[in-house]
Amino acid sequence: MKVLTPTVLTYIKVVLLVALVPAIVGFVVVLAERRFMGFMQVRLGPNRVGPKGTLQGLADLVKLVTKEDVTPARAEGAVHFLAPVLSVIPALTALAVIPFGPSLQLARNVSTPLYVADVNIGLLFLLAITSIGVYGIILGGWASNNKYSLLGGLRSAAQLISYEVPMGLALVSVLLMTRSLSLVEIVQRQERIHLWFVFPGLLAFFLYFVSGVAETNRNPFDLPEAESELVSGFNTEYSGVKFAFFFLGEYTAMIIISCVAVTVFFGGWLAPFPNTPAFAFLKVVPPFAWFVLKAGFFVFLYIWFRSTFPRYRFDQLMALGWKWMIPAGLLNIVVVAFAILATPGRTTGMVILAWIFGVVFVLMFLLARLRQALTRRDRLAAEHADPAAAR
Amino acid sequence: MSHEKPILEHPEVPTLFDVQEMELNFGPQHPSTHGVLRLVLKVDGEKILEARPEIGYLHRGTEKLFETQTYPMGIPHTDRMDYTAAATNNHAFCLTIEKLLNLEIPRRAQLIRVILDELQRLASHLVWLGTSGIDLGAVTPFWYCFREREQILDFFEEYCGARLTLNCMRIGGLPFDLTPGWTERLSEFVDDLPARIDDYEQLLTENRIWKRRTIGVGVISGEECIERGLTGPVLRGSGVEWDLRRAQPYECYEELDFVIPTRKNGDTYDRYIVRVQEMRQSVRILRQCLDRLEPGEIRGKVPRVIKPPAEEVYASIESPKGELGFYCVSNGSNRPYRLHCRPPSFINLQALPRLAKGHLISDLVALIGTIDIVLGEVDR
Repeated sequence: MKVLTPTVLTYIKVVLLVALVPAIVGFVVVLAERRFMGFMQVRLGPNRVGPKGTLQGLADLVKLVTKEDVTPARAEGAVHFLAPVLSVIPALTALAVIPFGPSLQLARNVSTPLYVADVNIGLLFLLAITSIGVYGIILGGWASNNKYSLLGGLRSAAQLISYEVPMGLALVSVLLMTRSLSLVEIVQRQERIHLWFVFPGLLAFFLYFVSGVAETNRNPFDLPEAESELVSGFNTEYSGVKFAFFFLGEYTAMIIISCVAVTVFFGGWLAPFPNTPAFAFLKVVPPFAWFVLKAGFFVFLYIWFRSTFPRYRFDQLMALGWKWMIPAGLLNIVVVAFAILATPGRTTGMVILAWIFGVVFVLMFLLARLRQALTRRDRLAAEHADPAAAR
Repeated sequence: MSHEKPILEHPEVPTLFDVQEMELNFGPQHPSTHGVLRLVLKVDGEKILEARPEIGYLHRGTEKLFETQTYPMGIPHTDRMDYTAAATNNHAFCLTIEKLLNLEIPRRAQLIRVILDELQRLASHLVWLGTSGIDLGAVTPFWYCFREREQILDFFEEYCGARLTLNCMRIGGLPFDLTPGWTERLSEFVDDLPARIDDYEQLLTENRIWKRRTIGVGVISGEECIERGLTGPVLRGSGVEWDLRRAQPYECYEELDFVIPTRKNGDTYDRYIVRVQEMRQSVRILRQCLDRLEPGEIRGKVPRVIKPPAEEVYASIESPKGELGFYCVSNGSNRPYRLHCRPPSFINLQALPRLAKGHLISDLVALIGTIDIVLGEVDR
C-alpha cells in the first residue's frame, strides 16, 4: 500500500481526468445532445452505430481522426496549428480544481479526495484559465486566412471578453457569502449554513449561467460559429483532428461551466437538504453521483437552449452584456453585501435574500405566464373578430 | 532625404481612422443563400455598405426553351422555375394559354386547381418558415415545418406521382382526377393544421430574440414596394392589401371566403406574421374547396393540337411569392413565338441591396429569407 502515496494518487487522478473527460465528452454528451435534439425535433438522431446508437461517438472519432488535415494556403501555419490546442488545454486544466466529491475510500488506510487540487484561489484560477481558451478561437479565426473565420474570431474576441465581466461579477457576490475562493470551501460552507447559494444568489446564478452560455459559444450566443451567417465562423478552415480539438474544447468548456454552476450555486456533491433528517435517505446516492446528476442537468439545459432559441445579433448581444448584465451584476453585489453586512450573524442576511429573490422570481414567473395568456387571448380574439375566420 | 515620405501620404497604408472596406463574397456556396445566390458585399466590419447580387448560376434558358417546344410541352419546364411551388407555376402557365385559347375550365377542375394551389402555398410557406428560422439560428421549427410539408408532398405524390416537379395541370384542366379517399385524408390533415401552425408560432411569434432579430429589420414602405414592383407577402407586409386572388380573381376564388392578411410596418417581423396568417387562410380556403367538391369533368374542350390565334396575352396568379405572370406572344403556330415570365422572386430580389444597406451581416441572412426567393425562378 505504500505505492499509493498522495502524489501517485494525484498523478492517477490527472491521467483519469485527461483521459476520461474526453471520453465522456465524446460519447455521452455528444450522443445525449444529438438524441435529445432529435427527440425535440421529431426525428430520431443517431441510432445505427452500436446498440441504440451508443457507439456513435466512436464512429465520429474515427471519422475525424482519419480525415485529411487541411491547412489553407497562406494561412499562418504555426498559429493555425496551435489554436485548437490552445482551446483544449485550458479547458482540461480547469477541470483540475473542480471538486467532484469529498473523498473516496480506496482501501483500509487509503482515501483520496475526488479532486486533483484544492487550490485556495480556485475560483480565480478557473476564471483565469478558462479565459485563455478564448485565444484559441480568436487566433484560429485570424490564422485561417478566411474572411468568414476572421469575422468569427473578431466576434468571439468581443463576445467572450465582454461576458467574462458579468460572470466575474456574479461570482464575486458568492465570494461575499463564502469569504473564500477555494471551491472545496465553497461547497463545505453551503453544507454548514444549510443553504445552497443559488437561493441568496438567484440573480447571480442567472447572470453566471447566461454568461456561461455566452462564454462557451452556445445557442443563443453562438455568434462566432453562426453557421447560417459565417459558415461556422472560426472553425471553417479546420478539419480532422484539429476540428476535433475545437469540438472537444467547446464541449469541455460546457462541462466546466456546468460543474462550476453546480459547485458554486447548487451545493456541489451535497445531496439536496443535507441537514434535514427527513431527507436523509437522499444520502444513499453517493456524493459523486449527485454531482454528475446536477452537472448533467445543466448540460441538458444547454441542449434545450440550443433547440429552442434563435440566435442573437452581434450588437444585441453586446447591448445585453453591457447594458443589462453588468449593471445587474454590480447591483447584485451591492445588494448581497448590504444584506450580509447589515444583518446580525453570517447567515441571516442570506436567508432574507433568499426569500426576497424567491418571491420576486415567483412573481416574475406568474407575470410572464399572465402576459403569455393575455397575448394568446388577444390573438384568438383578433381571429374571431374577423367574422369570416370561423369556418 | 527625398525618398523618405511621411507614412500618411502613402496611399496604400491606411491610417487608424480610415474606413477599411472589405469585399466579402457571400455565396453561391453559402448555407443561407437559399440556393446559388451570390452577393458581393462591401462591408465595414460587419456593417454592409453595399450588397450586389450576382445571379445567373441556375440559368437554363427556360424562356427560350418554351419557344422551341409545343405549348403543352412547356408545362414541365415551369416546374423547374420555382421548385418549391411547382403547382402554382403550372397553373400560371396553363392559365395564360387558356386565356389565349379562350377556354372554359370545368368547375371540378377549378376547385382541384385551387386545392393544389393552396396546398402548394402551404408547402412553400412551410419551407420558407423553416429555412428562415434556421437562418436566424432557430433550428427546431424547421423540423416541424418539414414534417407537415412532407405530408403535403405525400398528397401531391398520391395525386400526380411526383413530389416536387409536379407537372400536375394541363391546358384546359387537369391530367387526372383525384384518387379515392384523397379528399377525406386531406380534410383530416387540414383539420390538424391550425394546431400545428400554433406550434410554430409558439416557438417564434412571441420569442424575444426572434422579435429583436426581425422587428425593424429591412423596413420598406408600401409606396416603395409598388415603385419597385414588389408583390406578394412583401407588399402585404407593408400595408398594401393587394392579392391577385382577390384583385383579379381567377378560377373560383371569387366565391371563396378568405381574408388578405396585411401588416403596417413592412419589416421582417410583419412579413413573417403575414405569411403565417396566409397559411391559416389557406387552410380556410382548402376547407371551403373540399366542401364544394362535386363529381364532374376535369378537362375542358381542348383541341388535340393547340394552335392559338396570333395574339398577345398576359395572365398572372398569386403564387406563394407574389405575382407570377406569363406573357405569351403567339404567331398562330403550335409553339409560342415568345413566352416571357414575370417571376416574383426575381423582382422581389431587386429590393435586397436597398434593404440590406446599413444592416449587419446577420441581418442579411434574415433579409434573404424574408423576401423568400427561389433561385430557380430568379435565374430561370
